[in-house]
This record gives sequence, C-alpha cells and structure tokens, in this order.
Amino acid sequence: MAVALDSALELHPQVAVRPEPFGALAYHYGNRRLIFLKHPDVVSVVNNLAAHDCVQSTLDACGVAPERWPSFVTALSSLESSEIVRERAR
Amino acid sequence: MSALVEQLKGGLDAPICLTWELTYACNLQCVHCLSSSGQRDPRELSTAEAKRVLDELRELQVFYINIGGGEPMVRRDFFELVEYSVNSGIGVKFSTNGAFIDTDKARRLASMDYLDIQISLDGVDEATNDAVRGAGSYRLARTAMDNLAAAGFGPFKISVVVTRHNVPQLDQFKALADSYGAQLRITRLRPAGRGADTWHELHPTLGQQREIYDWLLKHGDNVLTGDSFFHLNALGDPLPGLNMCGAGRVVCLIDPIGDVYACPFVIHDEFRAGNVRDEGGFARVWKQSDLFRSLREPQSAGACASCGAYDACQGGCMAAKFFTGLPLDGPDPECVGGEGEHALADVTLGSAPKPSQDHSQPVRLSRKPIAVP
Repeated sequence: MAVALDSALELHPQVAVRPEPFGALAYHYGNRRLIFLKHPDVVSVVNNLAAHDCVQSTLDACGVAPERWPSFVTALSSLESSEIVRERAR
Repeated sequence: MSALVEQLKGGLDAPICLTWELTYACNLQCVHCLSSSGQRDPRELSTAEAKRVLDELRELQVFYINIGGGEPMVRRDFFELVEYSVNSGIGVKFSTNGAFIDTDKARRLASMDYLDIQISLDGVDEATNDAVRGAGSYRLARTAMDNLAAAGFGPFKISVVVTRHNVPQLDQFKALADSYGAQLRITRLRPAGRGADTWHELHPTLGQQREIYDWLLKHGDNVLTGDSFFHLNALGDPLPGLNMCGAGRVVCLIDPIGDVYACPFVIHDEFRAGNVRDEGGFARVWKQSDLFRSLREPQSAGACASCGAYDACQGGCMAAKFFTGLPLDGPDPECVGGEGEHALADVTLGSAPKPSQDHSQPVRLSRKPIAVP
C-alpha cells in the first residue's frame, strides 16, 4: 500500500541507519532486514520523518521538489512494508 | 550492472558482513573446514581484547557479526562476549556444530534477543553427514536442534555446505528445516583450509551445478545462501542477492588471533590485511590496508573478458580460484561453461597455494574415508 502524503511516519525504533557514500544502510534488528537507501535525499527524509507533521511537510523541509514526491512516496511505501519506517500516532 | 553494485565494489565505510572466528579450537575435524580448526591457538584474543574489538565495531556501526570458529561455544567467555556484543547494539549470528547446546544452554540462548544460530549439517542422514563432519556429528547436530525447538528458540538456521553427495538431498534438507520451523541456509563448498585437500573429490559436478541453480531458482526466496552461488548466474536469470564478490569491500574475516582477512575463505598470508592488535585497530585495517584498497579498485576480467557471461558470473569466487591454483583473473574452477575444468587440467599437480596455517589435531581418530559414488 502506498503511504499518503498527509500520513505521519517515523523511523522504526528497532532500525539503525548508517551513512555510506551512496546514501545509507538501514538495518532492522527485529526482522533482520538490511536495506540500501540509495540516495542522500531519501536518507535525510527518513531521518527527519518524526520531526514533522506529515510526509509532505518532511519533503518540504528536506528541500525535495514536488515533481519528485511520487518517487519518494514509492520509496517510503516500500520502506514501510519492510518496517524500516512506520505510522506514528499524532 | 546497477549503480549500487558499482558503489559497493568501491567499498563501504564499515563491513556489512563481518565474520569473526572466535577460536581455532574444535571438537570436530570436518574434512572441509575452512579454517583447518582443531587446536586452540595460544595467541587467541583474550576476553578484554575481544571486547575492545566489539567496542570498535560499535563505533563503526556494524549492525551484526557472524561468529564462527572452530567451535565458538568452546570458549569459556562465549556467553560473556555474545551478551557484550548484543548489549552494544551488535546483533550476533553464530555458527555451531551444536555439541554444546544442551537443554540448559538452549534455554539460555532462547532468552536472548538479536541472536541467530546456525547449526551445521551436511547430510540429511548420518552416513552422508558423518563422512564429512566426523562420526557422531549428525546426532550432536540433531540433538541441538531438538533442544532449541523444545526451548522455544524460534526459527534457527540449518546450514549446509553443498557437496556432490548432498545435492540430491536438497529437498529433504528443506523438509527437515520446515519440520523444525527453521530456515535453511545452503552455501558453496570452498577449497580453503582442510577443504583445499578434499575439494576435488567433494565439490559438485558440472551437471550438479545446474541442479543447484534450478533448485535455487525455485526455492531461492525462502532459502539463505550468503550470496555464495553467484557463479551460477551464468546459467540464466540471476539468483537473489548482490551478485558480486564482497571480499574486502563489504565483507571480511577476523580470525581468532585478530588477523583480518579479505573473506572467510582466504585464510592465507596473501589475503591478510592486518591485525586488530595493530595501531589503529580494526578500523584502520578496514579503511586503509593496501590489500583492501586494492580489492576495491576495478578488477580485470582477464581470460574471461571475451565471455558473454562475465557480467552475470563476475568470474566467480576469488578464493576458489586461488586455492585451486588458477589465476585470479580467469574462470572459476566451477565455471558453468566448463572453462574451469579446462583450466584445472593445466594446473601442475601440487602447485596450488597451501593454506598458510593448520590447527588440525595431530592425530585424527576414526576419520572415515569419503565414499565416491
């Protein structure tokens, strides 16, 4: 399922993000999944999700232009299904 | 080739997959042991030294380590080190023959978070397994699995080295794993350690390589392989995984005395990058050693350059070539195009590099001969 732009997300508390030259590695200590975050902008969005009201305001704050939002929604949806990010209560 | 794989070939800031052989001591004498284990090395890292290495790995944000040996549970500080690691935020996956997992230890292991266990088993029956792993080893492994299941450990892993004798048993291995609610892991036989002496009679035949490939295409999503079969990708659609040699780029090995090698299959002076006891510790070896820096440079396809399958198989495994006496920029000895067999035929008998060290027990009792069908 695709995440909505107005949904509130956060990095899963069992996930560690390690910066790498290509972006970052994310590792989920619970399900043992290792995920490649292949762009620095995806890394900053993921790291800043919890600091903003919703996905859209995070994208704005990270300087991601609106024409790139659909690809970020796809990336975040995939990360949500891997439990790297999750919904949070507002 | 994906941009990501190109990036990974240039190396990471810290390894993804770090194997740490805690000891060369082992109660078994498997004929294909990658580290020629048996006797403890007196220079083994102390508990305090091992903890210092773990502190470094935490600083580097290494997510988890693969602990092996030898038999890691032989170390008296085994649980102390595992707990120290997990409490430092470094998950532990450890490989064991199961001999020391009695009911009490199984309960203790089951109570720990971020811990995965791989029990080695190389045959679904006693005869096939014990021919490789030694008399009584099948029973030890199955008892350990029973104990883990009874303790509610959850999905442990059954780890199989694929040989020409157990290729026909792949379905049965899967069924055995399913019966325990366990996960099956199959990996490639490497001619390293004592395996250098037994590889020629144990490695899967050319026809069996195709069988393994077909089997993995069918079951690959539910079976772990440590990405070890990428040389088979020359047969068609790629198998799941990164499809690259990670040695010194995303993978490395720390041995029991702190020596750092490019991967678990090349314990040889030529692939030794440094020691964790050296100034600058592990981080300096990983980031700055000449060996690892050279492995992160673009590699030549050499004799394989004109082969249409090179992009798929990447020339196979460096360690398999090295210990069979083949040039590193040529075909893998198990090249599915048959080039490896041709190349092996040209290797002068006895000219292949010998493993640099041997911790085997001086006397091997009751080692059964390997039946060659």
